[in-house]
Amino acid sequence: MTRAELTASGLQADASRQAPSSRAEAPPGATLAAVRGAALDVRALPSFAFGARSMMWWATLGLMLIEGTVFALTLATYFYLRSHVQVWPPQEPPPDLAVGTGLTLLLLVSVWPAMRAKAAAERLDTGGVRLWLTISTAFSILVLVVRAFEFGHLNCRWDSDAYGSVVWMLMGMHTFHLLTDAYDTLVLNVLFFTGPLEGRRYGDVGENAMYWYFVVFSWLPIYAVVYWAPRLG
Amino acid sequence: MTLRDAAAPVDVNDVPPSPDQVRSLVRTWSDPPGWLGWISALNHKTIGKRFLCTAFGFFILGGLLAAAMRLQLARPRNHLVGPDLYDQLFTMHGTTMMFLFAVPVMQAVSIYLVPLMVGSRTIAFPRMNAFAYWIYLFGGAMLYVAFALDIGPDAGWFAYVPLSGPDYSPGKRVDFWAQMITFTELSGLLEAIILIVTVFKLRAPGMTLNRVPLFTWSMLVTAFMVIFAMPSVMLASTALITDRLVGTHFYNPAEGGDALLWQHLFWFFGHPEVYMIFIPGLGFVSTIVPTFSRRPIHGYPAMVIALIATAFLAFGLWVHHMFATNVPELGKGFFTAVSMMIAIPTAVQIWCWIATLWTGRLNFRTPLLFVLAFFFILLMGGMTGLMLAAVPLDLQVHDTYFVVAHLHYVLFGGAVFPLFGAVYYWFPKYTGRLMSEKLGRWNFWLMFIGFNVAFFPMHLLGLAGMPRRVYTYPDMQGWGRLNAISTAGALLLVVSVALFLVNVWRSRRHGEVAGNNPWGGATLEWATTSPPPAHNFDAIPVVYSRDPLWDGAPREGQPSHVGGLAVGQREVLVTTLLDAEPDHRPVMPNPSPWPFLGAIATTILFIGSIFTPWAVVWGMVPVAITLTAWFWPRKRDAAAHLALEQQP
Repeated sequence: MTRAELTASGLQADASRQAPSSRAEAPPGATLAAVRGAALDVRALPSFAFGARSMMWWATLGLMLIEGTVFALTLATYFYLRSHVQVWPPQEPPPDLAVGTGLTLLLLVSVWPAMRAKAAAERLDTGGVRLWLTISTAFSILVLVVRAFEFGHLNCRWDSDAYGSVVWMLMGMHTFHLLTDAYDTLVLNVLFFTGPLEGRRYGDVGENAMYWYFVVFSWLPIYAVVYWAPRLG
Repeated sequence: MTLRDAAAPVDVNDVPPSPDQVRSLVRTWSDPPGWLGWISALNHKTIGKRFLCTAFGFFILGGLLAAAMRLQLARPRNHLVGPDLYDQLFTMHGTTMMFLFAVPVMQAVSIYLVPLMVGSRTIAFPRMNAFAYWIYLFGGAMLYVAFALDIGPDAGWFAYVPLSGPDYSPGKRVDFWAQMITFTELSGLLEAIILIVTVFKLRAPGMTLNRVPLFTWSMLVTAFMVIFAMPSVMLASTALITDRLVGTHFYNPAEGGDALLWQHLFWFFGHPEVYMIFIPGLGFVSTIVPTFSRRPIHGYPAMVIALIATAFLAFGLWVHHMFATNVPELGKGFFTAVSMMIAIPTAVQIWCWIATLWTGRLNFRTPLLFVLAFFFILLMGGMTGLMLAAVPLDLQVHDTYFVVAHLHYVLFGGAVFPLFGAVYYWFPKYTGRLMSEKLGRWNFWLMFIGFNVAFFPMHLLGLAGMPRRVYTYPDMQGWGRLNAISTAGALLLVVSVALFLVNVWRSRRHGEVAGNNPWGGATLEWATTSPPPAHNFDAIPVVYSRDPLWDGAPREGQPSHVGGLAVGQREVLVTTLLDAEPDHRPVMPNPSPWPFLGAIATTILFIGSIFTPWAVVWGMVPVAITLTAWFWPRKRDAAAHLALEQQP
């Protein structure tokens, strides 16, 4: 490794590091590691970080990849089963549009308080986090209540035929995600009122919001399939 | 923002660390004593060893089941075991080897080694790591308890419907199988995330992505495969269990379901799974070959690209398990082509290994012997794989012993031989002592000969028409002699594994003392003591090369190690994804019994749901309680973290 490479990779203390370097994307922390004799001293680095810099962000992303794969495969199963019958749905009317569409709109609106909570966390604004997390929690509970009614408007049972089975599987899995993330938000919300708090909890708020986005946006293809595939096909 | 009240002085490590600092590090990173400490243990080396021992325990159990089957098949019209027990034997053997041994054992090795190889004090998310271990242990134990109570699964390790459905498999046998899937896949998926984050974020500074050791690369690729493949089998088995328990109709043709749906979902996981087993094996080979050739690997970038290419292709060939079904013929042609394409990245890797060996100065120790056997056996399995990828030939030998021979050549040759080589290679790192070379050679030759004697005749038996999964066969078929030979080979394998266990048992106390780096390896795990201290490295090394122990010495003015990490808290250095630049320094969690209790609660939910669907509802309550208690920060910990806090 040449000296120049070392400098660029942040392993070498260099006055030029303070000036804007060729590596504009270098994270702020990289400039804070200083060479002292044989040591690369990291004392001055921050102790937590937001977004893709943090470990928790990557773990959340991994979880989203897994859950996204499950949703995608279940949707594939839906169309696979549909390809085997002449009439779809085989014997029942499609799900009623009103409740499902209302829930979809509600979910889309609920992204707003999640974004505000994330933004407040990145400012380390405890009051803002408390406010917007509380609103997010309220939204998630409201969403769950509407979801409970939605099951009554699917117009099919899980044990009536394969169509009913796959619709209930899609709805059940998505509801499970709503439930776990609602509980997650609630716990984090309580923690922000009771403490003990530390820097990384603000990162957790960001990751919690990111997971809520996933729960909302993964609903859109499920909504389209459950409510519109029986009508358009 | 009043996170931090006062800047209390914090003890951080110097380079080199003082003896006081090292003592403090050991205290900080050790698992607590006592039985509570035992269930609270988080150190990745502790969990990695438990994981490895458990996986080998299942390997031995699965092997004994296989030996029982071989004894039954040794001669025609044998009545050692009856058909019902035989069905359970082959199902338990396949299930154990695939779900409880082959995938978990690779993850177990990497839990121990990857943090050392990337120069980290710990694995990412140590509590989740402990949780994943307990889930795996409880799931495997559940399956064996069921087997002991004569409710072991009996529908084959891939549990095809309609045989495994509610009509043809009443009772609870298949439900235990389906929930075993839930346990092991949950554990496997969590481990995949843990491993990816460890490799992405916890590498020592300077270990850019193109300096990551090849074994670590192979586990990274495997982890991504796990993420995209395991959801498929979880969905398949969940749909199976709801078909069986609450009357859904996913696989019931009478109500619009479809039996082939199972095969698609299962093999969309099942074929990549073969590569999840095989790719870590490639990682072992790519580690052992350079060390015993005493030169860096030839063609590192080609090796990495070949691993990634293999992983991609692995998702495009699941239908070659379904050539005997009514999928469209044109589609089969596509899957034949992709199956053949796998040979390309494999050939690239074999080329690089041969080039490395050819130009190296070979050191013929036991690990290298296992690797050389891998070449031979894998090549044989690969050849029959190419044959099976052709639709007409596959139709002829489908469900015969030819397939049994092929899959054992691929899996035993591709994974178990490299794994045994890996155990001989890294045993000194785990225990501080070398395994006996003499017993190792006996172990190796008995295994090599025993394996070929056991499995080669199965090719011929398959071509002669002997079907899989029959508990016996009549005299007139003339299969008796080859079956007797095969059984003799299986017994040699049993002896060889027994010798291996003796070797492990004796060497851990009486083996030759190894020192830090007995083989002259190039990767960072050899930079620390054997066995490593609780904190892995007294100071985190700074990396300047792909082979840091061979040509990675820092030059004048370059730092050799990381300084300034707290010694009284579990502080680690997080680096950036591509270039491993120092980024921030979070504190890892302290030992806690909650992951263990959370695993117990989850186990109650999973097993309860075999008997009543309502268990999913009431079982959630203890799960939520334990997981919340796990997450909830302790005042003392938070205060200690605040003392180290520095805002971004």
